[in-house]
Amino acid sequence: MTKLLITIALCLVAFATRAQDDLLNLLGKDSTVEYTNASFKTTRVINGHSLESTAPGVLDVRINHRFGLISSGAVNAFGLDGPATIRIGFDYGISSRLMVGIGRSNFQKTVDGLVKYKVLRQCDQGCRMPLTLAVVASMSVNTQREQDLPWYSADRTDFYTNRISYNFQAIIGRKFSESISFQIMPGLVHRNLVSTESDKNDLLNIGGAGRCKLTKRLAINAEYFYVLPDQGARSQYQNSLSVGFDIETGGHVFQMFFTNSTGMFERSYIAETTNDFFKGDILYGFNISRVFTIHDPKKRAREKEEGGKKQ
Amino acid sequence: MIIVYRKNQLPNMKPLLLLLLVLPFTLCAQDRYATRTGEVSFFSATPIENIQAVNHKAASVFDAATGAVEFSLLMKGFEFEKSLMQEHFNENYMESGTWPKGVFKGKVQGITSDDLKKPGKHDVTVAGELTMHGVAQHLDLKGTVDMDAAGALTAACDFVVKPEDYKITIPGVVRGHIAEEIQVKVRLDLRKMQ
Repeated sequence: MTKLLITIALCLVAFATRAQDDLLNLLGKDSTVEYTNASFKTTRVINGHSLESTAPGVLDVRINHRFGLISSGAVNAFGLDGPATIRIGFDYGISSRLMVGIGRSNFQKTVDGLVKYKVLRQCDQGCRMPLTLAVVASMSVNTQREQDLPWYSADRTDFYTNRISYNFQAIIGRKFSESISFQIMPGLVHRNLVSTESDKNDLLNIGGAGRCKLTKRLAINAEYFYVLPDQGARSQYQNSLSVGFDIETGGHVFQMFFTNSTGMFERSYIAETTNDFFKGDILYGFNISRVFTIHDPKKRAREKEEGGKKQ
Repeated sequence: MIIVYRKNQLPNMKPLLLLLLVLPFTLCAQDRYATRTGEVSFFSATPIENIQAVNHKAASVFDAATGAVEFSLLMKGFEFEKSLMQEHFNENYMESGTWPKGVFKGKVQGITSDDLKKPGKHDVTVAGELTMHGVAQHLDLKGTVDMDAAGALTAACDFVVKPEDYKITIPGVVRGHIAEEIQVKVRLDLRKMQ
């Protein structure tokens, strides 16, 4: 009997000491919400939008450049001699969900503006959301002189609204792992004025884009926009295809790629690409993105909190 | 402690046994302090740039009876002034996708449960292991523990870590931006666990 009691007592002592080993488990599960970040290195995949948006209080300066056609041969330095198209743009993050941007391309002297809103955000921990859903609305305006417009005719009234086009897009994407992210972009391009009766003003399209991170700072991206068939006479137009690399350094992201689209705004690259990628009508291009922190919203929030505490 | 008695001289073992039975339950007595909102900050100073970040959601449990202390925080919880710095910290340096947490497990010397029954400030030493970026390093730290009249326990510790010790690779181009030794400050407001 005594031996039994001794055994039980010793077992209980052993049990009690082991129960103290993992103290942190006593706190229970951590329920802080952590949203997935850095699914793509920057807010554009190549031409099109990625599911990322600029962080709040941050200004992203974007310079896009496309050279001439590689198929123009050695005498034209395989496109490096031009003609080149450029776009200079500024994106600003208003909140963690909302971003606005403005830019100007030399191609058709187009000024464009955009708003991007993250409706759903993929969650790592603390909530159940397997994907990110963002919506983009953008508008582009051709600001060429009236006489230079492709549809100009002296005996016709030209309305300013003829120059305007819109793009509405939803981006549905997911970061599958540290290296792989993928998204699909169904959208609608609306052109106020089209060339002929057989062209459609509204074009439904669906895009797909993905990235694969090769090293911590190098990723490979690809993007394709497919305009749905039976939407007017589009035999001279091609779908936009781009493939390239993202290289990230301290404050810059350099994107270097091959694309068949000359323009850098949605109406142009989705609806009006004429170059055939597989016939060698490819343009080499690069995008540079540089972020500047204009103001730190967390600092403001903390200062408010500290001010409240002192009172 | 084996004392040999002849059979008819055995003392009454029953009181001793009862004590042994009760003892484990006294060991389970709650003398633990915990927090989920501990503050950990680090600071790197170089002539080129200063880097500073703070994490307000460190979880910690301290068992005053045994002196054991455990500490855990999410690397993604460190807030930087520049969000790009925060992204680089997680993506390129700490690789938070692979090793999301920093964990410290150690033992506090220089304080007993009785010390904590009344208000007062105590200097303590903590010996333990810090695991981050998948690498564990033994640390011997000095800190202070302050028990105030309201029963709240404040713990503070300042120490230094070297990125190389945790296999954090810093490219040569930016090596000058990050200090060789990073100053870490830990401030915890612990409350007694129910």
